[in-house]
This record gives sequence, structure tokens and C-alpha cells, in this order.
Amino acid sequence: MSINQPNAPFVGTIEKSPKISLIGTLAMLVEAPGDFDLVQQGRIWALADAVSTWPNVQEAVIGVTNVMLVFEQPPADIGMLSASIVELWHRVPGRKADGKLIEIPVVYGGELGFDLPAVASRAGLSERDVIRIHSEGEYTVCAVASSPGFGYLHGLDPRIYMPRKSVPSLNMRAGSVTIGGMQTGVAVLTSPNGWNAIGWASVAMFDPNSEQPSLMLPGDRVRFRIDRIEL
Amino acid sequence: MIEILTSPAFNTIQDLGRHGARRFGVSTSGAMDPVALAAGNALLGNDDNAAGIEIQTFPFRLRFSADTAFALTGADHDATLAGSAVRPWWCTRAKAGDILAITAPRRGARVYMTFGGGIDVPLVLGSRSTHMRGGFGGLEGRTLQAGDVVPIGSSSHGSDGRCDFGVAPPDVAIAGTAPADDRVLRIRVMRAGEYELFSEAMQATFWSTRWKISAQSDRGGYRLTGGRLTLDAPVEMRSHGVVAGVVQVPPAGEPIIQMSDANTAGGYPKMAAVIQADLWRLGQAAPGSVIAFSEVSYQDAVAAMAPVNDYLAKLRATADLYRAL
Repeated sequence: MSINQPNAPFVGTIEKSPKISLIGTLAMLVEAPGDFDLVQQGRIWALADAVSTWPNVQEAVIGVTNVMLVFEQPPADIGMLSASIVELWHRVPGRKADGKLIEIPVVYGGELGFDLPAVASRAGLSERDVIRIHSEGEYTVCAVASSPGFGYLHGLDPRIYMPRKSVPSLNMRAGSVTIGGMQTGVAVLTSPNGWNAIGWASVAMFDPNSEQPSLMLPGDRVRFRIDRIEL
Repeated sequence: MIEILTSPAFNTIQDLGRHGARRFGVSTSGAMDPVALAAGNALLGNDDNAAGIEIQTFPFRLRFSADTAFALTGADHDATLAGSAVRPWWCTRAKAGDILAITAPRRGARVYMTFGGGIDVPLVLGSRSTHMRGGFGGLEGRTLQAGDVVPIGSSSHGSDGRCDFGVAPPDVAIAGTAPADDRVLRIRVMRAGEYELFSEAMQATFWSTRWKISAQSDRGGYRLTGGRLTLDAPVEMRSHGVVAGVVQVPPAGEPIIQMSDANTAGGYPKMAAVIQADLWRLGQAAPGSVIAFSEVSYQDAVAAMAPVNDYLAKLRATADLYRAL
């Protein structure tokens, strides 16, 4: 797993500031400098936690090493606001992936894991090895975006990396456990999907009638457990 | 209650949107022309955010089950109630059993129908807007169809309150927003994060092109044709939050403007963002219409909202005055 282990910033170097840009008058994007790793992601989580309590901030929308602030009203002084964010970025301690542990039982392979043979073949591994590697990993929810309750999971073993499809599968079932590049996830809607389905989980990922509608939240950890294997 | 008699496709219940749930991956939804919806509500004494019907395919017909005050705003259209013409941007009272019929607009894309008391479907994550991809909000999370019965809330103004008055539509009342003679809709934008990554020639193309809103455009986003914006070197963007109005440029070079039902996340270079004061006008631009972008500063973008807010405030004051007579 050393490949994905973040390095601590070198002591004594001057760190770059985040890139700050506006998307119209009601949204501001703050992008962390440097490579994607869990240290920068943890600092984004901490920044989002702090900034979302500021007046006029409707919400802080976490992305992959970035956060978009949405405002109730156009901020009066963009320069001052940006400076406050930069100052906070350099000061706030990063958050660890200290959220809850979510265990997701998976039926690997079978009718709903129809891309498992292709993933195994690309990896030069048996289907059982792909399942073992996928189910032994521990994943971190970096962000929830794109579909209601869809978690961007970090931590895929590079041995079972599988590029997204150029032509999406039509009507992939909600609950499909998928690999898309170096990410894995659980599809929350039945829809066209360019990721590769290796199994299926019956866990409810999103409940719009709940005050906290998303099962996964940034900073949560996810484990996939073998419920059944259908080869 | 009302009963839907004819509704071809993609007509939905919308309010001003589901805000604050992007962080759960939930797009905002909401009226594509929020000014028209708010105006329709103000005419009836509703809260600006009360839910109405966004009608974008025609003919649309419904029957009233009870005496109900209503208003039709948005695109320039013809409508009849029990066979008689209904004035747009007007507070009208229907009798139980009356049938309302709306035909395709002459100009504009979306007609809004609001009801005294608002549409009374449950709030989901703080909004009544239909989230079609997620299948929640509105009426069972889907588009309206013939046979649907839609509940209407009770109006705080009772059933005998004064009706029969109207207002000027915003493109008449707000100076400078009517389309220019050349049939090109001018849309004001601010530069966004990756503007500087495009060459000067590409930036010039962005400003000078008369972009056509393609047929592959809907509440999710408008695909533009008429030019290509390419980068000298491709950039790898990490997935990040976006809001309605953002103009993104996918690798093929034809820009996409994200609209009300847009995904919460994006990852294409961002050229610009449509200012809030022009989003409602863009929401009325039908596929096939032509737009051009002009640049404004942050200060000008903020200031541009004042006439819109003034229009709605005056409209509400006028409507409240009439009702009190």
C-alpha cells in the first residue's frame, strides 16, 4: 500500500497556497496545492468543517482535494474572504479519516458483476484473486458527489485498476459495486455507467427522507465484505 | 386539487430549488426561470418559493377540482380557461370543473403555473422540487402525466380574496433585458477558474461566437455549437463542485452550460459562469436559439441583481395592495 501513502510535507519548505476562483457571484472554489493524497484531502475536510460555520456560507461542497463554498448572498469583499481562507488553510490541522466504518456485504461476480472477468483478465489474476484484493482493502470516502449519496472512495489496490469504459453500460443497477480507474464505488442510481461492475450490494446508500440522507460522508472508511461469490 | 389531463413530457413540479444538499451529491433542481416562478407566486400572495408547475412541453391541459386562484408566467404563450382567453402574468380565478389549456409559446421555453396556496406535495430535503434522476421530490419524483391528481395547499387569503389583476413581465419591466434586434440573446458572464489556460485566440473565439443552443439541451445543461474551444495542452482536473451557470469546456471543445438539474460535480475546464441576473433569461432560451457572451466584473454582476430584486419587490407590493382593496 506504500504507493498510496501520503508523505508529510517537508519541514521548513514554504508551502503554496490554494488556488481560489469564483464560479459566478455565489460560489467560490478552493483547490489544494500539490498532488492528490489523503493529507491534502484531510486538510480540505478540516477547511470545509470550519468554513461551513461562517456567516453567509450556505454549504461547503467537498470535492477531490478541493471545496466549493456556496453563498447565500454575494460576499461583500472577495479579497478579504480569500485572504481569510488562505490564512485558515495554512493554520487548520488536517482531519484524519476518522469517520465511521461502513461494512458493505457484496455478492461478487454473477449477473450483476458482469465486468469481473474483464478486470481479472486485465490484471492477469484469477477472479477469486480480484475479489480477495478488493475485499481486503480499506477505503476512505474522499467526497460525496455526482449522484445522491455517491462516495468517491480512495484506496484501490493498483493491481486491480481498470480504466472506465469508453461506452457506458446502459442501465447499470443501483447497488452495483464498481471500479473506475483508481477508484471504487457503489452505484446509487440505476443509470448508464462507465465504471466496471464486479459485484452487487443491497445496502441503501441514500434516503432522501432522512435528515442525514447519505450513508457515506467524507472521512468515513469503507470495507467490502464477501457475502457470496458467484463465478 | 387539480387533475392533469394532457402533459406530453418533462413537465414537473418545481420550487426555487433544493439548496444545501449538494454536499450529499444532490443537485438543486428548481425552476429554470426562478423570476417567473417567484412572480407567479407573488401575484397570488404565496411565498416566492411555493411550488408550481414548470411546463416545457405542450399542449398542457388540466382540470380544477375546486375554485382556485392561479397565475401563468414565463414564456410568451396563449392559454384558455373554460374556453376563454387567460391573460399571462395575471391573477385569475378558476371555478371547480374548469379546464385550462396552454399551447406552445411564441417566444421563450417554459411556462410557470402557480396556484394560490402553492402545490402541496411533501418537502424532501427542504424542497418540493422534482429530482428526476434521484426519483424524489415533486410528485413521486417524476414528470407529470395524464391522470395525475396534484394537491393544492390552502391559501392564506381565502377563496374570496380579490383577483383579476396583473403585472408586466420582467423582460418588459427590466430595462435592457429584452433581446436585441439581431435575435442574439446577450448573456453576461464572469471569467471562471481556467479562463487563463485558453490561448488569446480561443478566448476571442469564446466572446465573438454566436453560440447555438443545441437540441441536446435540457434542464441538466445546454450544449452549445458554433465553435470549438481547445487547449494547447490538456489539463487534468480533479472532480469539484459546480453551480448552475458554469460554462465548462469538454475536450471536444463545444461548451456546456450547467443548468438546474446539473450534476453536483464537474471536472472540465471552466471558461466562465453566467451571472445570477441572467440565469433566468437563459432558462427561457429554447434549443435552437442563439446566444453570445459578454464579460462583466464581479461588482457589475452583483449590481445586476438589483433591477431583478426591485422588479419582484414592486410586483409583490402591487399585488398585496390589490388584494387589500
